Amino acid sequence: MKPAPFEYYAPESVEEVVSLLEKLEDDDVEAKVLAGGQSFMPMLSMRVARPEALVDLSKLSELDYIREEGDVIAIGAMASKSDAEDSALIQAKQPLLHAATKYIGHRQVRNRGTVGGSFAHADPAAEYGAVATTLDIQMKIVGPDGERVVSADDFYVTFLTTDIDSTEILTEVRVPVLPAGTGWAFQEMSRRNGDLAMAGVAVTLRLDAGKCSDVRISVFGVNATPVRCTDAEQLVNGQAPGDDVFSKAGESAAQFIDEPIADVHGSADYRRQLVNVLVARCLAEAVTRV
Amino acid sequence: MATKQEISVTVNGVSYQREVEVRMTLADFLRHELGLGGTHVGCEHGICGACNILIDGKAMRSCLQLAVQVDGAQITTVEGLRNLETGELHPVQQAFIEEHGLQCGFCTPGFMMSTLELLGENPNPSDEEIKHAIGGNLCRCTGYENILRSIRLAATRV
Ligand SMILES: Cc1cc2nc3c(=O)[nH]c(=O)nc-3n(C[C@H](O)[C@H](O)[C@H](O)COP(=O)(O)OP(=O)(O)OC[C@H]3O[C@@H](n4cnc5c(N)ncnc54)[C@H](O)[C@@H]3O)c2cc1C
Ligand code: FES
Ligand code: FES
Repeated sequence: MKPAPFEYYAPESVEEVVSLLEKLEDDDVEAKVLAGGQSFMPMLSMRVARPEALVDLSKLSELDYIREEGDVIAIGAMASKSDAEDSALIQAKQPLLHAATKYIGHRQVRNRGTVGGSFAHADPAAEYGAVATTLDIQMKIVGPDGERVVSADDFYVTFLTTDIDSTEILTEVRVPVLPAGTGWAFQEMSRRNGDLAMAGVAVTLRLDAGKCSDVRISVFGVNATPVRCTDAEQLVNGQAPGDDVFSKAGESAAQFIDEPIADVHGSADYRRQLVNVLVARCLAEAVTRV
Repeated sequence: MATKQEISVTVNGVSYQREVEVRMTLADFLRHELGLGGTHVGCEHGICGACNILIDGKAMRSCLQLAVQVDGAQITTVEGLRNLETGELHPVQQAFIEEHGLQCGFCTPGFMMSTLELLGENPNPSDEEIKHAIGGNLCRCTGYENILRSIRLAATRV
């Protein structure tokens, strides 16, 4: 048996999950929630995580949906990533999220892994991190005090840590539809297909009388949380699109990153260089899609 | 709360009822409790794809689920591929033999499960689509070329 022993619960409603988490906390039982298990099962099997109680969310069919609500696409936390990948709605109205989803692991991982899990796990190399800060995705969190909504900037705290409290769960992510006339691009670099990226970039921008506007640039894989490169955004805003300004923005973004992650996959300098190149490439690609 | 739980599950058309320890992975359940050793375990943490099985028609890692989570599910493992009445191999199995898509065979059941989902959804995949579908499967022997050939051949027959 690979995971250490735990008590197993599989509640059938969000309400039950929250009251169970509250009760376990009151009883001083260390509990973790399990969604698709594509990140948490390895942690259990390697025993880096040894919770006393496991609260399985997989019976929460109420959180398995992808629907349009005005100019927002509401995705239930338990929708699978392959449902997001196959969703005609997401493909048509939020192509940046769609493109990023296809980079997450492999089909077999996306079949089981949930959309909510990828946000809640907050891996520094998670594609959804940069998509969240670029698009300003809103996270709906439910706990003993009811529901609250947190924007992407406040959601990510540090490595594998979000604003979700131990008695709360993420129930929905609210993704704005991409407004007409907005260009986008998503690129990343990883050692092998489907692997976690060493660095990646998500960009959106608009053109106003031939000048770039509303530029948003986020990078992931380089720091504990996704980083919005506001200096580079300012460099591009108001400028006519061109290689010159885009490579300056790349250099600016690369310098903006404080102490990039260094590990066996890539050094800090290499990651900085990736940011430099990928930001410039994404800006150029986004312009072609306006 | 009990550390054991009763589950019922259909594997390759046969229904089973078993009491399982809640921390047992699905891969271990299939191999050790049901004696279905065709599902292989390589890395046991999601990287290699040797343990892929079909759950309700979708390919997934059996090492990244708990047995208790498949209560009520329909599962297909490699043992369920051949025609149980005639003994004839599944076209995907036959194609892997004809195109030498395996050497030691350790990775093969996992590759076939990824292939089955792919061909179920897309009977005429491009090479690019095949590569994406099997990107989550590792093979240490073949160099992948013959696996690609096998899947191309299987696509003409499934
Ligand atoms: C081979 C492989 C390759 C991968 N490659 C990538 C990749 O390239 N990019 C990438 O981003 N990910 C990758 N992953 C991780 C994968 O995307 C996971 O599915 C995802 O990180 C977690 O989603 P999950 O539903 O599986 O969550 P779980 O593994 O069940 O949970 C992960 C964490 O999030 C918490 N959690 C989950 N859901 C909620 C919720 N609703 N509310 C509160 N907390 C919650 C859990 O408590 C746990 O701490 C890969 C995984 C594998 C096995
Ligand atoms: S054994 Fe499950 S992916 Fe390697
Ligand atoms: S045939 Fe030996 S690992 Fe693939």
